[in-house]
Amino acid sequence: MHHSKSPVNAIEVNNLTCGYGETIILKKLSFSVPAQELLFIIGGSGCGKSTLLRSMIGLLPPEEGKITYFGKNFIKASEEQRRDILKSFGVLYQSSALWSSMTVGENIALPLEQYTSLSKQDCQEVVALKLAQVGLSGIEDLYPRELSGGMKKRMALARALALDPKIVFFDEPSEGLDPITSREIDELILEVRETLGTTIVIVSHQLSSIFRIADRVLVLDHEAQGIIADGPPKKLARESTDLRVRNFLNQN
Amino acid sequence: MKPSLPSDASGSSTAEAQLEADSPREECVIKLSGDWSLGEAVPSWEEVVGHKKGTKVRIIADHLGTWDTSLLLFLRHGRAWCLAKKKDFDTSSLPRNLQVILKHAEAGALFKPAPKETPVSFRFFLGRETIKLINYGEEWAIFVGNCTLGIIRLLRGRGKFRWLDSFLEMQHCWNSSLPIVGFISFLVGVILAFQSAVQLKQYGVAILVVDLVSLSVVREMGPMMAAIVVAGGTGAGIAAQLGNMRVDEEIDALETLGISAVDFLVLPRLLAVTIMMPILALYANIFGILGGVYICATMLSIPASAYWVEMHNRLNFCDIFGGVIKSFAFGILIALAGCLRGIHCERNTAGVGTATSSAVVTSILLIILTDAVFAVIFNSLGI
Repeated sequence: MHHSKSPVNAIEVNNLTCGYGETIILKKLSFSVPAQELLFIIGGSGCGKSTLLRSMIGLLPPEEGKITYFGKNFIKASEEQRRDILKSFGVLYQSSALWSSMTVGENIALPLEQYTSLSKQDCQEVVALKLAQVGLSGIEDLYPRELSGGMKKRMALARALALDPKIVFFDEPSEGLDPITSREIDELILEVRETLGTTIVIVSHQLSSIFRIADRVLVLDHEAQGIIADGPPKKLARESTDLRVRNFLNQN
Repeated sequence: MKPSLPSDASGSSTAEAQLEADSPREECVIKLSGDWSLGEAVPSWEEVVGHKKGTKVRIIADHLGTWDTSLLLFLRHGRAWCLAKKKDFDTSSLPRNLQVILKHAEAGALFKPAPKETPVSFRFFLGRETIKLINYGEEWAIFVGNCTLGIIRLLRGRGKFRWLDSFLEMQHCWNSSLPIVGFISFLVGVILAFQSAVQLKQYGVAILVVDLVSLSVVREMGPMMAAIVVAGGTGAGIAAQLGNMRVDEEIDALETLGISAVDFLVLPRLLAVTIMMPILALYANIFGILGGVYICATMLSIPASAYWVEMHNRLNFCDIFGGVIKSFAFGILIALAGCLRGIHCERNTAGVGTATSSAVVTSILLIILTDAVFAVIFNSLGI
């Protein structure tokens, strides 16, 4: 959970090429994310940011290239190594992806049951703790359908944090939320980073969030099939010579 | 969890969670060190602090390695223990991030747990279920009424009807049901012939197997088997499709455009299934009879020609027509149940599943009920 700054980068992506069948979406992409950084991956619709995320979390095997987490190769990992790496990161999906047939408590307990040998009571305690961490104490027995959009996002974060991951991926965390709830989620994300030292990767195009919390942004572009800018958002908005980047970041 | 207690103070380099209680005066100081990891051995609070004196417990973590939720659980437990023993729990010497996170863990329940459902009395249960049943009936009545109005509108040429939808549904119904209806009907014919052959052979009236198989297939089993297959395939498909449209707000989009969902979605499907059902029933009849022919030829040495003559003498037009009329009714019921459940689907993904299974259960129940009603009617008409 609390990790001292390590010399190894949390994420290393080398020459990553991915796509669906014949269609190549991203070509020869390389970047690295130091531990505890809060990185945004942004870009217009269809630029491949979701594809990149799917590739990084192992849902879409890349055509070629290498992804390493804390020095461990994710692409060439054996079944067991892969499980270890999967355990070390959490994912918060766009639609929250809470398992609808299970209660809030069971949703958070499932990763714990899968990867640890905690007793039932310890499991419940961890669940209570995680819910308290995201400000949702006491809702263990509710079903996901009884929660509002913002609560679902918080709960999904609690589930993503269940195994004390070193990296958390967010797919459009403020999609469909009002500005106030969206701001609360941003603060929660910052707090997770501050208190737990988690490395955070967010795919989003919510400008307000980007300027509020991002350390660094990667701008992807559909035609370039790769990264067209990389740096702190304010600096890019001010100084980038690329018109596409400036247009994207200076919409207001 | 196995408690692990260091006997000496210099054990901070090990990878185990360690803590050390030491009470110089009033204060019990707990030094956290080592790595804390969920699922690995963690010291037990009671064993370390339990026997120590002092009114204050102070935690320091100068040599703490990496830690995770297990440390938080430990500290949470400690705080609860201190509260119970009326001791001071001092975390001010902990790193700031640990303090912040502990403070959050401390926050009481924001939401009251949902009240557990209290057991209800029998009378309450009876009343509630009756009301449910009445509502259910009302739902059906309104829906059937709406469909009737839609058909009237359509006949007057004022409705919006999607012929393409109807043809697609017919095609789908035909493609998905054809092999399975044929196969099941053939087997039903075989089973009927086989079971009756064993009995009737003993009385020397093996030829009556022909009468039994052809009559029961044409009057009952053919239409019924076809209807059950269509209910499970097409009926469920319709419910799932319309249910998904409800979840994705497609049906709302039609309503706000002033297009009736009944005219636009229900009637094409109703027409499709109502037309396909009798055709499939006749098709099922043929295969059922073929099953009978097969058993007669192989087990009873009744050749197909003899079978045909006997069947021709026994079956009349009314038998076949009765079956076809029934299958019309089955088709209407299957389409209505599928559409009703789909349109009244709850607005979540679980709702689609419920709607689908409910559509199948409802249509099969209605098929059997209607079949019984037809049996009474046909009997009184002397058909």
